[in-house]
Amino acid sequence: MERRAFYRKTSLPWLLLAPQLLLILVFFYWPTTQALYWAFTLEQPWGGGNSWAGWDNFISVFQDNRYWSTVIRSAFYAITATALSMAAALTLALFADRALKGTKLFQGIFIWPYAIAAPAAGVAFRFMFSPEAGLIGAVNQIWPGIWDPSTNGFQALGMVIVCHAWLGIGYNFVFFLAALQGIPRSLNEAGAMDGARPFRRMLDLQLPLIAPTTFFLFIINIISSFTDSFGLIDTMTEGGPIGATNVMVYKIYFDGFKGLDYSGAAAQSIVLMLIVIVLTFIQFRWVERKIHYN
Amino acid sequence: MIERSRTFDIITYCVMAIGLVVVIAPFWVVFVAGSQSLQEVSRVPISLWPSGHLFENISAAWTRTDLGPKLVNSLIVALGVTTGKIVLAALSAFAIVFFSFRGRMLSFWLIFVTLMLPLEVRIVPTYSVAANALGPFQSLLDMTGLTGLIQSLTGIQIAMSWNLLNSYPGMILPLIATATGTFLYRQFFMTIPDELVEASKMDGSGPMRFFFEVLIPLSRTNMLALATIMFVYSWNQYLWPLLITTDRKNYGTAVMQLKALIPAQNGTPDWNVTMAGALIIMLPPLLVVAFMQRWFVRGLISSDK
Amino acid sequence: MSAITLKSVKKRYQKSLVVHGVDVTIEQGEFVVILGPSGCGKSTLLRMIAGLEEISEGEILIGGKVVNDLEPRERGCAMVFQNYALYPHMTVAGNIGYALKVAGMKRVQRDAKVLAVATSVGLETFLDRRPGQLSGGQRQRVAMARAMVREPKVFLFDEPFSNLDAKLRVAMRSEVRRLHRDLGVTSVFVTHDQTEAMTLADRLIIMNAGKVEQVGTPSEVYHRPASRFVADFIGSPAMNLIEGVFDAHGFFNYGKDGRLPVDLGSRMAGRKVSLGVRPEAVRRAQPGTSGAIAATVDYVEELGASRLIYASNNGHQIIAVDTSSATIPTGSQLHFTFAEQDMHLFAAEDGRRIDTGIADPRRSSSPANDLTIKA
Repeated sequence: MERRAFYRKTSLPWLLLAPQLLLILVFFYWPTTQALYWAFTLEQPWGGGNSWAGWDNFISVFQDNRYWSTVIRSAFYAITATALSMAAALTLALFADRALKGTKLFQGIFIWPYAIAAPAAGVAFRFMFSPEAGLIGAVNQIWPGIWDPSTNGFQALGMVIVCHAWLGIGYNFVFFLAALQGIPRSLNEAGAMDGARPFRRMLDLQLPLIAPTTFFLFIINIISSFTDSFGLIDTMTEGGPIGATNVMVYKIYFDGFKGLDYSGAAAQSIVLMLIVIVLTFIQFRWVERKIHYN
Repeated sequence: MIERSRTFDIITYCVMAIGLVVVIAPFWVVFVAGSQSLQEVSRVPISLWPSGHLFENISAAWTRTDLGPKLVNSLIVALGVTTGKIVLAALSAFAIVFFSFRGRMLSFWLIFVTLMLPLEVRIVPTYSVAANALGPFQSLLDMTGLTGLIQSLTGIQIAMSWNLLNSYPGMILPLIATATGTFLYRQFFMTIPDELVEASKMDGSGPMRFFFEVLIPLSRTNMLALATIMFVYSWNQYLWPLLITTDRKNYGTAVMQLKALIPAQNGTPDWNVTMAGALIIMLPPLLVVAFMQRWFVRGLISSDK
Repeated sequence: MSAITLKSVKKRYQKSLVVHGVDVTIEQGEFVVILGPSGCGKSTLLRMIAGLEEISEGEILIGGKVVNDLEPRERGCAMVFQNYALYPHMTVAGNIGYALKVAGMKRVQRDAKVLAVATSVGLETFLDRRPGQLSGGQRQRVAMARAMVREPKVFLFDEPFSNLDAKLRVAMRSEVRRLHRDLGVTSVFVTHDQTEAMTLADRLIIMNAGKVEQVGTPSEVYHRPASRFVADFIGSPAMNLIEGVFDAHGFFNYGKDGRLPVDLGSRMAGRKVSLGVRPEAVRRAQPGTSGAIAATVDYVEELGASRLIYASNNGHQIIAVDTSSATIPTGSQLHFTFAEQDMHLFAAEDGRRIDTGIADPRRSSSPANDLTIKA
């Protein structure tokens, strides 16, 4: 990132940076450090004294079976929602990339889910999947009681995952399409000269060539399934039935703000932060390597 | 597209049509249900054709959730975050890319790292900072012993506090404290050829003049992209405003009202009102994305790498 | 209009020295071309004059005033950049007039001036266009107009034509010449293209690896290259150069058993040198001519007016310019010779020119004192 031409001033750049640095210090670095501090202390909810607790908060979190089932559920949620969303977006992108007549219109619409707030989608899907309402619920007319996410935890989780996957389609589609369009035309033409048919070229040329984007999106999706799931779950199931859709972020919110277990929530936050950091790290490494390829 | 293969073309259109249905179905359902009467919406199976009650449903949702002021709040937050982000991001990226100074790399990394942890992940501590945004400075003074020193010298005890709960700054500032925009601008600034900087130096203009007269006009596309991304991002915030506003009446945002629209467990299942409200709430970002698509797609792709 | 003086100017990046102490004076109104291969430090030197690059050591004077600590805008230089560096969001008029605007000139005055300058380079009908709507040649003109409008004391050109096609390049070259003739502004022009350099320059500064190899007129540089590098670099096709040793019996020995009767007396005996002869000075000789070199023809390059014969002797390639029309089959034996005054000698140890003492009748008036053997 070195430039040959730059300005040599000592105070001006700091002046320019000051607002941004100040904001991230107050709203990013300070709270993150605070979380570390709380995770190792036992604090009275909302003020009061706190005493050093060492690893106790972590140990009590890790010894809680419900925590582990939340972690496993979060992982399951993350992987299935990501796979579903990416597969749908990739399929659409592969075909939209063929640039037939009218594709521009399709492309424009495929981006729409990106604009939708998670809780808004949650409300819409809750209605669509409601056992009493007349969409999916209509199956209950034929087989009474077969569909009820308000009592069947598995159905509830599936419903949230489908909604999450739908929300991600727009974002994933944009990236896949851009990656596909970044493949030099001549490569595809060379493939055609070698006798590969369109479907064959998708498998042999396009998919391998967009592998870096695929990986990048995979990580981004996993991270967003940790972070964006809150709005969905809060509007669709509130973690129920009986905790069947309780994922990590929701549990942190619940333990910290409803259960007022600040230290426990802080410890859980630290774990989540570590996971996200590790994933981001992997992603940066990969992006670096990708730049190398090009 | 290289060869004309009729069958493959047909398959392509079929897949895209299925995709269209999948993508559009929820929008359609929201719109259709929002336009139906209570009876129509409760019918099993439901009719997938719009009816004529859209406006009465919207007005019902509007009064039930006091949507007017909530939409205004959402707009204030979204515009605040968007402009704040654009200004801060442009300034800080300018400093990082075009200046050579001690601490340049340090600032770069300090900002860069914030990409790693989204707000939702650090929600608990951020919330407590928002209760007193000046807390960090107070602690700094306490730790360095300055508070005690000043107190013993002047008898004045320093107690800084700035409570951000139930305030627009509280809803806006933490959303600005990330690096997304800075990186978008940085990526763009890096593509500005060195010669352009040098030409402006030869023409006699200083850094700020270069910033305002060359960089800013050149980055217009970039700015539109960032504006779209930030508008959608901030309008759609849910968890953060939920925590920071206890005074829902005055500071609630539109998206927060969605939950209040959901029919109660044992109440009337008036999903038509719910859907009409949801339609209004999700419309602004959808319109922004639809209109700004061309710019925003380019920006979205460069901002995350 | 001002003279430029460089006093042992050095440029260091971290630890590596990229410009090793350059001492040159560029006279007022002179057109000087800095020529050298890429990475030789020529652009860095130019940018130090412009004020875009800090001077690590030494002094630069413009018009007798040390400018080391002056900002670019205070030095009175204007520059034409390699990729034009036009502001993409401004019109042609905006680009040309920007420096005047920054300087605070009134709009009316500015417009008049921009129009005058634009007219002088044939851009008056394009003033409202943006750079993106112009052809390469037109952009080049905008870049020049932008430099001219400030009426600078010094014009600096940083490989300005390298993005143009061959034909445009020739056209722009004569335009720059005309400009210089009309305005008489001291100009420094950096290029790696020797034809461009030879045709434009009053004087050339030839650089290699951060050092100045030679300063001289195009003719001096061609006829009396000061070093092996200059000899090899200037001229197309390149000079024939053969490494060898003089012996005490009046022979130059090269390769395994190549010998040439060149008698330079005992002072050269045992001296390792490179012996160079320009292809245009190599002549064909009858078989049996004393001192002629026999060589086998590898191939012949037809140039139209003349042709180039590539032949080899003892593993050494010899290039000769031939203007005859006789057919020369590949593989045939030819004999070559050259006049002693066309011979250039360069010391093996430092590559500097060794004066042979043989008078060149074509340049008998030229002083030989500027080129001395560096011991």
